[in-house]
Amino acid sequence: MADVALRKVVKRYDDVEAVRGIDLDIADHEFIVLVGPSGCGKSTTLRMIAGLEDISDGDIMIGGDVVNDVPPKDRDIAMVFQNYALYPHMTVAENMSFGLRLKHYPKAEIKARVTEAARLLDITDLIDRKPKQLSGGQRQRVAMGRAIVRNPKVFLFDEPLSNLDAKLRVQMRIEIKKVHQKVRTTTVYVTHDQVEAMTLADRVVVMNKGRIEQIGTPNELYHKPATRFVAGFIGSPAMNFIPCRLEDVGGTLQIRLTDRIAFPLPPARAARYNALPRTDKLLLGLRPEHLTESHAHLEPGVETFDTVLDVTEPMGMETLVYFGLDGTPVCGRVNPNAGAKDGAPMRLAMDLNNMHLLNEETGVVL
Amino acid sequence: MTTVTMDKAGPRRKVKQGSISRDRAWALRWSYFFLALFAIFSLTPPLYMLITSLKGSAEISAATNPWWVFHPTLGNYVELLTSSQFLRFFWNSAIVSIVVVAITMLISVPAAFALARMKFWGSTALATGVFLTYLIPDSLLFIPLFKMFATFQDWTGVQLLNRWYVLLLVYPTLTVPFCTWIMIGYFASIPKELDEAALIDGASWFQTLTRIFIPVALPGLIAATIFAFTVSWAQFLYPLVFTTSTDQQVLPVGIITTLIKGDVFNWGQIMTGALLGAAPPLIIYAFLMDYYIAGLTAGATKG
Repeated sequence: MADVALRKVVKRYDDVEAVRGIDLDIADHEFIVLVGPSGCGKSTTLRMIAGLEDISDGDIMIGGDVVNDVPPKDRDIAMVFQNYALYPHMTVAENMSFGLRLKHYPKAEIKARVTEAARLLDITDLIDRKPKQLSGGQRQRVAMGRAIVRNPKVFLFDEPLSNLDAKLRVQMRIEIKKVHQKVRTTTVYVTHDQVEAMTLADRVVVMNKGRIEQIGTPNELYHKPATRFVAGFIGSPAMNFIPCRLEDVGGTLQIRLTDRIAFPLPPARAARYNALPRTDKLLLGLRPEHLTESHAHLEPGVETFDTVLDVTEPMGMETLVYFGLDGTPVCGRVNPNAGAKDGAPMRLAMDLNNMHLLNEETGVVL
Repeated sequence: MTTVTMDKAGPRRKVKQGSISRDRAWALRWSYFFLALFAIFSLTPPLYMLITSLKGSAEISAATNPWWVFHPTLGNYVELLTSSQFLRFFWNSAIVSIVVVAITMLISVPAAFALARMKFWGSTALATGVFLTYLIPDSLLFIPLFKMFATFQDWTGVQLLNRWYVLLLVYPTLTVPFCTWIMIGYFASIPKELDEAALIDGASWFQTLTRIFIPVALPGLIAATIFAFTVSWAQFLYPLVFTTSTDQQVLPVGIITTLIKGDVFNWGQIMTGALLGAAPPLIIYAFLMDYYIAGLTAGATKG
């Protein structure tokens, strides 16, 4: 096991920069998830760590050693691919032991390692089958088994659950987490699914356009996003962004959303935003769960307003309500028993204690 | 009281077959018709050869029904198989074909692997180039090739012309490009992640080829093998040009040159020889047919 470090790593394809100088420190035993939309450079970064792509600039270190020019087989890593990449002509056991056989491990040790990995992944009964006789989930387990038996310094996962159906994906996500709790190998995991990223990671790296937007624990990213991109990418349904401006009314700072809707800011927020120029174009960032039905007893900092709902989506445990504020679509989460109906008026409560304020031009969270 | 009798089956209704199944029935009828036509067309010559091979010389030249054997005899077979020449041709053909297949595979499989996978500068152009060489007909190539071997002999004193082993150098010019092309298609259809997984597992390029690619692309390999064997076995122009002595000749040329004396055609033995000569490819096809068909179609759609 080892730590991994990326220093100003760049990947250029002809004139296109896929990865634009990223710095990342991954601690020993850590489970890091690289997440971002298609083409953000996350897979390229993983493949550079694996040695499957040359790096154009910078350094990659595994266990303190610079591995820029070390071939994949000598980096002591194991990789799980999206399409499993099992050798179709080999049995499960042969697939898992291929790497060890190439390195001429003693037969007894190979057998012991394969048996142990198969037990860990609950695929002992499948050990003599060929990949084509396995289901998608089983193939994914075998692919993980092939990584585990090598006992590498680092596990690399390249969107390993993308080919599975939704239910199996949830199940395998838990399996991967369990395996990591037992094996504790440093892991770099790439996905475009923010739920996967949040549930698996010790720390999440959000990437966009070849750069790192933010690195943090799942909670940090959710509650303290650094940029509009992170705020919008993490969380489902996504955070609302409502154009707004700050006003001083009678000595208190208030936030104006529309001509008729303006709320005084809670004291803590007012202190934080007081220094901002009142002329700035701003966005109010608010997660749907902080836009709920109104109660009789509202906490300080929670303000109410009346609106007419466009669409409601009953989800069972909650109902999502969609409405417009001066043409900006907004989503809220209300109690299923709150009586939300398509096209009906409703009084909603906005929790400004959990608000974010963003600069509309730079996208930075203030 | 009047009784009304009704047909047990109820009111009669015109049973109409679905148009899809009717179309299918007609399509099948036409298919069988044309398949039968094609089978007759392609099986008639071998049948004629078989009939003629079972006749004596007198019966062949007699003006009787050529499609019937009145006095069947195995004389042609006995005579041909006991003559040392025929066995010599057969042996030459066998050794040339087997060695050419081996040479072809040894060259085209690694070549295809390199062109399909190890991306290097000019690999795409090279792959197209390989295919283009296949498009040059052997009837154009034999003159410069002949000249080359003659010059080689002038310079080194090593005689290649009129030696059976010259064919080992010549046939691969036909087989290697095509087999390489087939194998490129095959290797290209193997997911990229498979060699990346092997690379991470610690396999060298050579191990990736031998332990992953060759087993996975076995149907393609068999298709290429059959092709190379058939081409080598049936090749006529090159051995006709490059070998002249009887003991150096291969089957197709040997039969023609020894069994046609001036304007005297020994039809019985010619037919027997041709029939026996067709046997080895036939046997190989029969055994590997399933692989061959799988190989051709996969190469066609995925390549």
